[in-house]
Amino acid sequence: MLIPHPLLGPRDAQEFTYLGDARLLDRPAPDTPDAEAAFCAYVYLRDNPAGVHRELWYHEQGDRSWLVVTRDTLTHEILGAELAAGIVSARPETAV
Amino acid sequence: MHFSGLRVVKEALTGHRGWKPLWRNPDPKPDYDIVIVGGGGHGLATAYYLAKTFGKTRVAVLEKGWLGSGNIGRNTTIIRSNYLLPGNEPFYEFSMKLWEGLEQDLNFNAMVSQRGIINLFHTDAQRDAFRRRGNAMLLAGADARLLDQNALRQILPYLNYDNARFPIKGGLMQPRGGTARHDGVAWGYARGADLRGVDLIQNCEVTGFRIENGAIRGVETARGFIGAKTVGVAVAGNSGRVMAMAGQRLPIESHVLQAFVTEGLKPLIDTVITFGAGHFYVSQSDKGGLVFGGDIDGYNSYAQRGNLPVVEDVAEGGMALMPMIGRARLLRSWGGVMDMSMDGSPIIDRTGIAGLYVNGGWCYGGFKATPASGYAFAHLLATDRPHATATAYRLDRFARGFVIDEKGVGAHPNLH
Ligand SMILES: Cc1cc2nc3c(=O)[nH]c(=O)nc-3n(C[C@H](O)[C@H](O)[C@H](O)COP(=O)(O)OP(=O)(O)OC[C@H]3O[C@@H](n4cnc5c(N)ncnc54)[C@H](O)[C@@H]3O)c2cc1C
Repeated sequence: MLIPHPLLGPRDAQEFTYLGDARLLDRPAPDTPDAEAAFCAYVYLRDNPAGVHRELWYHEQGDRSWLVVTRDTLTHEILGAELAAGIVSARPETAV
Repeated sequence: MHFSGLRVVKEALTGHRGWKPLWRNPDPKPDYDIVIVGGGGHGLATAYYLAKTFGKTRVAVLEKGWLGSGNIGRNTTIIRSNYLLPGNEPFYEFSMKLWEGLEQDLNFNAMVSQRGIINLFHTDAQRDAFRRRGNAMLLAGADARLLDQNALRQILPYLNYDNARFPIKGGLMQPRGGTARHDGVAWGYARGADLRGVDLIQNCEVTGFRIENGAIRGVETARGFIGAKTVGVAVAGNSGRVMAMAGQRLPIESHVLQAFVTEGLKPLIDTVITFGAGHFYVSQSDKGGLVFGGDIDGYNSYAQRGNLPVVEDVAEGGMALMPMIGRARLLRSWGGVMDMSMDGSPIIDRTGIAGLYVNGGWCYGGFKATPASGYAFAHLLATDRPHATATAYRLDRFARGFVIDEKGVGAHPNLH
């Protein structure tokens, strides 16, 4: 698999380590009444879809960036890749 | 139709005209007492024990393809009970005992072969860990022998003991471990269940669940609605996808695991060898092919095929362990989709929906579990109580902090 790195162009997936569902970017708030249940779901439960999946890959043997890769789990076709940092900083709650 | 040596001789003399198909091919009835989703090893074994041990015969197994088209026909056939943790080891030893009586019980040749399994170690620390594991196995009534390098050289003279990165210092052997013919296991259980009245329905994909007031009423299928107040899901790599239709998110990711077989060779490896440090394990089939594999590819996949980097990794592991393997030619490689759970251990439990039960999370090791998984799931479906060896396999163990993490790597399915 070739991952289209937004800064470096197509890179061999072997240069990356895989973490999993990109929803891991959505860390629950620790100070709400249902925080315990929310964290349990965050750590352990997954949608695990057959089809399009947004997932986190770490460019360990490259520029050490985290990417959100959109990939079809039925065909392994890679549909796109973005910098995870860009996604997080574009959120209203992270804006300063 | 009873199988025996006498029968084989009689058929040979009469032109093999008396053999019958191993099971019927019935149309689905409008409803059953119990419906099992998934006609793999676990679903078929569940149906068999439901009928045989728990007297339930208004049972159907619904399979989306043909019986044995999933992982039961794709695995590398290793059976063993060499686990460490108390939640696991008694269960796998129960399975091993069922394997030992399986062929007589089923009147079917599943080619169960207790040729032993040897896990190699490379450091003092690893030897200590394996000694501890061996002791845990003995405490659970299993068998274990710690072999030093000299003892190992007698059994496996052809290994590369002086690998610079992973010199082989010895191994933990389970003499009662070994292999079984995977298809034979599926066919034997299927025949046994069918003989006792279970309907095995192929080409019948389950496409939805009918749930009313928090209780299961039946399943929607490619062949229409089928009613049942008890439904057991045993769909291996598809657990996440199928349980999503019941609105459940599971502590599971689906991943692809590849396996390989060489051309037939003269008898060479008379046991099972695992080289965990090098991501490689190997045995030899009765046809002579070296059957081997390694790690999962490591990313979510439902594709039933993997990619070349893992082929290379496995081949390198084989070369590091036994350089002569480089002379063998590869015949085939394939992949299967497995439900990797968050702690590497399985789930056999109720769900939040009354009458709906789930059996999954078997990772790359569910073949050896087939008999006990079927027995324990049948126990749960028939009595609504877990079997004594499967009480730890609960869905809520993650929330309660009772994970069964043999490798101790945490909630990273691709590392188990
Ligand atoms: C390459 C490889 C090597 C392995 N090696 C070993 C090994 O050496 N030892 C070991 O112990 N384990 C091994 N395993 C793991 C083992 O094969 C599995 O854990 C085990 O087979 C899973 O249980 P099963 O037999 O019921 O699965 P399956 O045979 O996959 O059964 C599940 C069935 O459910 C059906 N299904 C799915 N969705 C639906 C639906 N919606 N409706 C109806 N039916 C559906 C599927 O078609 C399938 O037939 C290996 C796995 C792989 C892929």
